[in-house]
Amino acid sequence: MTSLVGARRRLRAEIVELARSWARRNVWTLGLIGLLVAVSAITKLLQPNYGPPAIQGLAINILPIAFAAVAQAIVVISGGIDLSVGPVMALASVTSAVLMKDQSDLFAVAVVLGVLLLGLAVGAINGALVVVTKVPDIVVTLAMSFVWAGAALLILNTPGGGAAQWFMAIISGPLGSPWLPKALVVLAIIVAVVWIPLRRSTVGLSLYAVGSSRVGAFRSGVSVGPTKILAYALTGFFSALGGLALTATGGVGAPVPGSYTLQSIAAMVLGGVSLAGGRGGVLGPIIAVIVLALVRTDLFFAGVDPNWSTAIQGAILIGVVMFGSLVAMRKVRA
Amino acid sequence: MTGMAGTAGSPGAPRGALLIESRWRRIIRDQPLIPLVILLAALVGLLEFSKPGIVSGNWVATTIRAAIPLAILAACQTLAMLTGGIDLSVGAVASMAAFLMATQATAQGPVVALAIALAAAAIAGLVNGIGVGVFKVHPLIMTLGMSLVVLGVMSVYQLLVVRSGTLIPDEIRWLGSGISFGFVPNSLVVFAPIAVLVVIGLRRSGFGRLLFAVGDNPVAARLAGTRIWQVLVALYILSAMLAAIAGVLIAGLNNSATVSLVEQSVLPSVAAAVMGGTSILGGRGGYAGTIVGALILTVLTTLLTVLDMPEAVREVLFGVIIVAVAAAYTRVSGDA
Repeated sequence: MTSLVGARRRLRAEIVELARSWARRNVWTLGLIGLLVAVSAITKLLQPNYGPPAIQGLAINILPIAFAAVAQAIVVISGGIDLSVGPVMALASVTSAVLMKDQSDLFAVAVVLGVLLLGLAVGAINGALVVVTKVPDIVVTLAMSFVWAGAALLILNTPGGGAAQWFMAIISGPLGSPWLPKALVVLAIIVAVVWIPLRRSTVGLSLYAVGSSRVGAFRSGVSVGPTKILAYALTGFFSALGGLALTATGGVGAPVPGSYTLQSIAAMVLGGVSLAGGRGGVLGPIIAVIVLALVRTDLFFAGVDPNWSTAIQGAILIGVVMFGSLVAMRKVRA
Repeated sequence: MTGMAGTAGSPGAPRGALLIESRWRRIIRDQPLIPLVILLAALVGLLEFSKPGIVSGNWVATTIRAAIPLAILAACQTLAMLTGGIDLSVGAVASMAAFLMATQATAQGPVVALAIALAAAAIAGLVNGIGVGVFKVHPLIMTLGMSLVVLGVMSVYQLLVVRSGTLIPDEIRWLGSGISFGFVPNSLVVFAPIAVLVVIGLRRSGFGRLLFAVGDNPVAARLAGTRIWQVLVALYILSAMLAAIAGVLIAGLNNSATVSLVEQSVLPSVAAAVMGGTSILGGRGGYAGTIVGALILTVLTTLLTVLDMPEAVREVLFGVIIVAVAAAYTRVSGDA
């Protein structure tokens, strides 16, 4: 009896300790969650009837950017950067839309899987070029962004194609409670299924190791080249998911990538991923995407000219990063 | 030449071949201008071959006229890249300058309008410099954020001035699009001094050497007494002013100005600097190569247009060539 109580107490202490250490390691993410709560409260104050329909719209809107942010986060954690995230999204979007148009539902499933494989392959090509040519990541992915954008335009010159019914239904509407949009569930499940097991495996550890110190990782027996290629392949995979989300939300393929690359970088940085590599996760960037989207609707309802929203987004980006580096500088001095 | 350099140093190669290869290597490393000019000449030759008679005095003038704004924007990238940075805000800043100039010219006249445009650009550059130099924000993030801020502010400003409309003053049009004597683009009046100043300034002036020093080894530069933040602030102000000049020239060339006029030239400007042999990691490069890089990209665009390639194929080839050239540089120079 007493041993049972003791065990239970020990278990509780262990959980508290785990939570504490997680909190210590994820100060930035916790701060973001706090910010999310605050922004949500402000949203509710500004728009008293902000409810399920608005939340569902928000979830669908952020889905492509959220995938893009996750994609960017993974490659930056491993010490690189991918300026071709937007074009790869466009490529995935047009490929899926062209292949799905007027086809059976079953074929659409094959298309989705095929496009995800395409994303992996495209990412692996980016990564292999970085590793083999030894040209800086930023130059290679900048150049490849032309290549993938051109490929997307070759496949589809103007927005067009189509999407299977089930494919569009998968992210629209609520699941169970009207407060729980399907798009958010899809995002959570995919990220959890792909990222969490990876993060806990040796492979995930090598991603972080290569990002924080190439030489250190190499000397500890991590094969740096393949790890980098894998990181880029994963980025391609999540970019392809973002492209599929674009097709699913719009019902057509969009050959022009828009500003998704820039938005993914902004969300990744706000999400607490260090550009120097080796630090951060994917939860932060996703929360950052949601916060940015909420801020935009808040500004709209507060009567601020929507034209200001771009400027404010940039100012938030600069402000947060300056704040972050100021904190880091203080720490070094102390 | 890429292929030759690619196989260099393999132990089984015959002695003569090795010598030739190492000579090529040395030329590309020490005189990157020579292979670049050869590449440019080859492209022009290919163009003349695929459409005989196209290369004329007038063609040279229009090509240079189109390459000049790109070359000025690429100067911003060259300077920033020498310190290990990058300036992604050139597109937004150049568009801002062009749009401010065009909207203010209606009421204030061209000179005051130009001054306003340059002053606004200098402020944007100052903020960039403070962010990168003082707050140590990564240049990519800082200039990216800045371009969002500038673009946003300009789209608000656009609504304020929608009544007054835009006007490209005749002088600016003359400067941006005019051609004298049948083969001299007028924008050379602006570009020639800039090119001379940047090329010589980088090699001979103290500021130029500081840029190399900061990019090559910031710790050593700091220990040697360089106030790095001052160098960076000056650099980003200079970069923004150059971008503003490019924006005004583009407005004169197109005879129009919008808030996103120059946006699509940002990535090509980085590409031109990379092609010219400037390393994005800092400490290696120069402006002469960048100018040839901008010319190559411009001729390449013409060539692909003449060959009737769709826009998409052009973009793909663009990307492939940049990777190939950058890879060749990395190979011969031994570093990245």
